[in-house]
Amino acid sequence: MWDMARAATTTDAFNAVAEPQRRRILDLLAEGERSVTELVDGLGLSQPQVSKHLRVLREVDAVHVRDDGRRRLYRLHGSALKPIHDWVKAYERSWEERFAGMDAVLAELKQQEEDDGGNG
Amino acid sequence: MAATAKQSAVVTLPTDTQILITREFDAPRHLVYQAWTTPEFIKRWWSACRGEVTVAEIDLRVGGRWRYAMIAHGDFEVAFHGEFREVVKNERIVRTEIYEAFPEAGALSTETFTESDGRTTLTLLVDHERQEHRDAHVQSGMEDGLQDALDLLEEIVESLG
Repeated sequence: MWDMARAATTTDAFNAVAEPQRRRILDLLAEGERSVTELVDGLGLSQPQVSKHLRVLREVDAVHVRDDGRRRLYRLHGSALKPIHDWVKAYERSWEERFAGMDAVLAELKQQEEDDGGNG
Repeated sequence: MAATAKQSAVVTLPTDTQILITREFDAPRHLVYQAWTTPEFIKRWWSACRGEVTVAEIDLRVGGRWRYAMIAHGDFEVAFHGEFREVVKNERIVRTEIYEAFPEAGALSTETFTESDGRTTLTLLVDHERQEHRDAHVQSGMEDGLQDALDLLEEIVESLG
């Protein structure tokens, strides 16, 4: 369950999306293909910064790139991020099961307070 | 759950080392705090329907220790323990959190209770010392979905060549 070697690649992908600026890049690319210049304009970052983030995202296959004349166009490759999404969702589900258990406890506690008629 | 939409847990990863879990409850915060910190209640919710909680020890004061354990799927034990760093009744708890199967991966958990119109938002901010520990933690919470996710991961790794 805690196989760190196996987790290494996922760690990279987590890292890729954990960084707020990279999430902004992914958000922009979710709307469609963008050139580096368009990303620079859209994000208000310098070109070296954007290029650095794009490199990280390419390394985990979260974005794909193609040449269009002199421009390089980046697009989202969402399926590479699906495992992370799935992992987070599964973690969310396991917490939701706990919280649903708390809901049941809380319903009883509320009922108990009402029954005590404000004495508690 | 009847008339109003049921709130669901929301998990985000705000930084490389953090997990943030947020959930709203239809109850005032002193009750949420009570459900969150009382052993007899912890025993009812902490297993997330994945086993039986066998230990819910909690010495709720600064420097006090806590330990929760459950038998998951009827065979293996999952246990966490730690120490309270801050305890502000009905408002805020800060505690260390160690998963006993992986004791080097310590985390600091900050639990905040905020009430508005009789409803309470609980936020859990779990901050790990190292990012790979955070990632491993996220994985540990999902025994059920783990294999599917790993299968997908395998495919992606292969496609990367």
